[in-house]
Amino acid sequence: MLGFIFKRVLAAIPVLFLVILITFVLVRLAPGGPFDEERNVPPQVLENLNKRYHLDDPIHVQFFDYLGNLLQGDFGPSYKYPNRSVTEIISSGVPVTMELGFYALIFAVFAGSLAGIFAALKPNSWRDYTPMSIAMIGICVPSFVMGPILVLIFGIWLNWLPVAGWGYAAYDKIIPTITLGATYAAYVARLTRGGMLEVLSQDYIRTARAKGLPEWKVILFHALRGGIAPVVAFLGPAAAGLLSGSFVVETIFQIPGIGRFFLQAAFNRDYTMILGTTVFFAGLIISFNLITDIVTVWLNPKLRKDAFEK
Amino acid sequence: MKNLYLLALFFLTLVACSDRTPTNVETGTENQILHIGNGDEPRELDPQLSTGSVESNIHKALYEGLTTRHPKTLEVLPGLAESWQISDDGKTYTFSLRTGALWSNGDPIVASDIAWSWQRSLMPKLASEWAYMKYYIKGAEAFNLSKTTDFSEVGIRVIDKHTIEVVLENPIDYFLQLLAHPSYYPVHPPTILAHGDMDQAISKWTRPENWVGNGPFTLETWSINKAIETKKNEQYWDSENVKLNGIHFYPITDQQAEVRAFRTGQIHLTYTPQLAIEKVAHYRENKPEKIRITPTYATYFYEFNTTKAPFDNALVRRAFALAIDRKAIVETITKAGEKPAYNLVPDDPNNYSPKQLFEYDPEEAKKLLAEAGYPDGANFPTVEILYNTQDNHRKVALAVQQMLAKNLNVQVSLLNQEWKVYLNSKRNLEHDIARAGWIADYLDPSNFLSILGSISGNNDTGWKNQQYDDIIAELKKTTNKQERHVLFDRANALLIEEMPVIPVYMYSDVNLVLPEVKGWYDNVMHLHPYQRVYLEKGSK
Repeated sequence: MLGFIFKRVLAAIPVLFLVILITFVLVRLAPGGPFDEERNVPPQVLENLNKRYHLDDPIHVQFFDYLGNLLQGDFGPSYKYPNRSVTEIISSGVPVTMELGFYALIFAVFAGSLAGIFAALKPNSWRDYTPMSIAMIGICVPSFVMGPILVLIFGIWLNWLPVAGWGYAAYDKIIPTITLGATYAAYVARLTRGGMLEVLSQDYIRTARAKGLPEWKVILFHALRGGIAPVVAFLGPAAAGLLSGSFVVETIFQIPGIGRFFLQAAFNRDYTMILGTTVFFAGLIISFNLITDIVTVWLNPKLRKDAFEK
Repeated sequence: MKNLYLLALFFLTLVACSDRTPTNVETGTENQILHIGNGDEPRELDPQLSTGSVESNIHKALYEGLTTRHPKTLEVLPGLAESWQISDDGKTYTFSLRTGALWSNGDPIVASDIAWSWQRSLMPKLASEWAYMKYYIKGAEAFNLSKTTDFSEVGIRVIDKHTIEVVLENPIDYFLQLLAHPSYYPVHPPTILAHGDMDQAISKWTRPENWVGNGPFTLETWSINKAIETKKNEQYWDSENVKLNGIHFYPITDQQAEVRAFRTGQIHLTYTPQLAIEKVAHYRENKPEKIRITPTYATYFYEFNTTKAPFDNALVRRAFALAIDRKAIVETITKAGEKPAYNLVPDDPNNYSPKQLFEYDPEEAKKLLAEAGYPDGANFPTVEILYNTQDNHRKVALAVQQMLAKNLNVQVSLLNQEWKVYLNSKRNLEHDIARAGWIADYLDPSNFLSILGSISGNNDTGWKNQQYDDIIAELKKTTNKQERHVLFDRANALLIEEMPVIPVYMYSDVNLVLPEVKGWYDNVMHLHPYQRVYLEKGSK
């Protein structure tokens, strides 16, 4: 197992390097620079600005300088926010984004698997069609539509919940969590339903029922472990997606997470910030996929054997 | 059954939430804390390093210049300087500072602090993008552009502890206005030096725990992308007349989110001068007491690329300008109180408003185009209007496209580009026609006229005209009001004859402001000194 993990970690290094190289080159190819504004600054001032951030060095020197600093954990200064380092901005936003993502994931898993199990128990009846239709709507409605609709209903019409901020007012985390988690809950519901249906037709479930176990025990202890396997495989990409895709929800609800910086950095041509956030998210996605693989292997005895033998 | 319980639980949770806590606006009005939607996260809180209105809005709470402006009339008032004398040639200004003025940490503010601050803003290594605002001072440009390293050659001199003298390159009658601009705000030398060199841009001195300033409010917290909180500065020389106990600024980037925050009582006002066109109509009709529409000293215009055909011909440029129905644009498209513009320089009722020298005249436009060799648009190449991606710009461009097709029978295509790409295309003269806008830093027509000078870094038309440059040069030397107005008239007439840009409309600012907010006056510079603002409950 350790060998398997080690191999996967090793494979991640060239991937990260390529991500850095491609991003580094691409952002510099984009027209416009970090200091282009509506009002032109005199060329000498621009020159001094470039000097301040070593943008006047040859590009390969800049690249290796960047790599060197990165190895020491330094993402460099932000061009847009001169008194903040990229590391500082990322570390201020990440906990918030993580918290939002975590709640959304919990919501997705609970709401999704409940709906999925519920649907799988009586397939092709109204108890199946109702949650699955809602799930289909959940998949189709993007968060930038879902968010304002929830705000309109619960914030403005009913006046029950605050509509913006994060940790400012009581319960202001509820609407963003549901908005972000809804799509994933819908996927989880469909995956759970599919997984459960497959497992419930297996011989060992029949055996469990034949033993005279109550139905809830059959579902919870025997069926669920196998039925939820597709959901586990989905959780890694889902977690990464929740974190890197939260910028829409962060913008709608004024949440001080990292997603907004990720997006704004590109518009601002804030090179170090683009690279910093991209490298950060790339690292995150690679780690989540790795964790998912490990958990999948651990859950499935057949794969576990293969991994140990390798 | 289990599901019924769950459903019941869900609704119980929601009902529990309905026992809501008071909103920001409710507690704010009670405690004199103003909550402002401020558009974006500020780049910096160092007044010498940031250039946008997002930052200025906060700087105006944290710092004060030698002068301030009257919130209603925009008249220049004494600020940090108690009084001043101007020499007969209009070039030398001598300022007497208030003797009791203190920094927020209790240090007295002395003349050398001002000189030090201005020197810092001109240091080449600091690379302040606002340094050009000081180029009016003798020798400042040369120092900023490293042509000299000797600061004693710059016209800034400390006479004694409370007196400072400024010598200008040319006499300009708006210099006192400039002193109220954030680029002229003083900074506290010991604080900056405690966190780096004088000309070091990357520094932690503006963090709340380090920060020292001289404005009516002090910096209390700065949470990235969340809020900036300021508190009344008890050391401020006029603190007894400041009624607010604090101002909180929220970086709300999304327009719709800002409107929602306003509707649900999270902010007292939206500060950013933009609002979706549909929202403007809704508020004008249903809640007119909450919307403020103010004409501003800013122009929306189209720039021609005059370096290539067909727009290297002034007749074609004039034909295009005459074929656009500005009244229709402001009345049916933008609909937020904008005024049709027939000059690059906007109207200023208190000082100078340019004469209208042409009007919407499709027949005359056709004639001009025929004269240029394109009768009824024959053989006219398809040209492109470039604009930065934004819905309002697209709507205006679509209207212009239709007007040109209808009135001149020419084909125009539209091209939208992301902001920085658009700036880059314009600067490299890759466009045919490009949308542009200009907002004044101070109330004077030269602000607009100088854009089109041939050495101006902001001239994205490629248009160069010696006669025009001469007028601009002469304006710099003239202080007499009548003579200046004559020069303005001449410059305007030349621009209309040559038409390197098509003026479209004069902008207006649209803000949502709750009736509780008092002392918040509408003016063309969108200046709202916080010193005079207060909150009053339940008032209309």
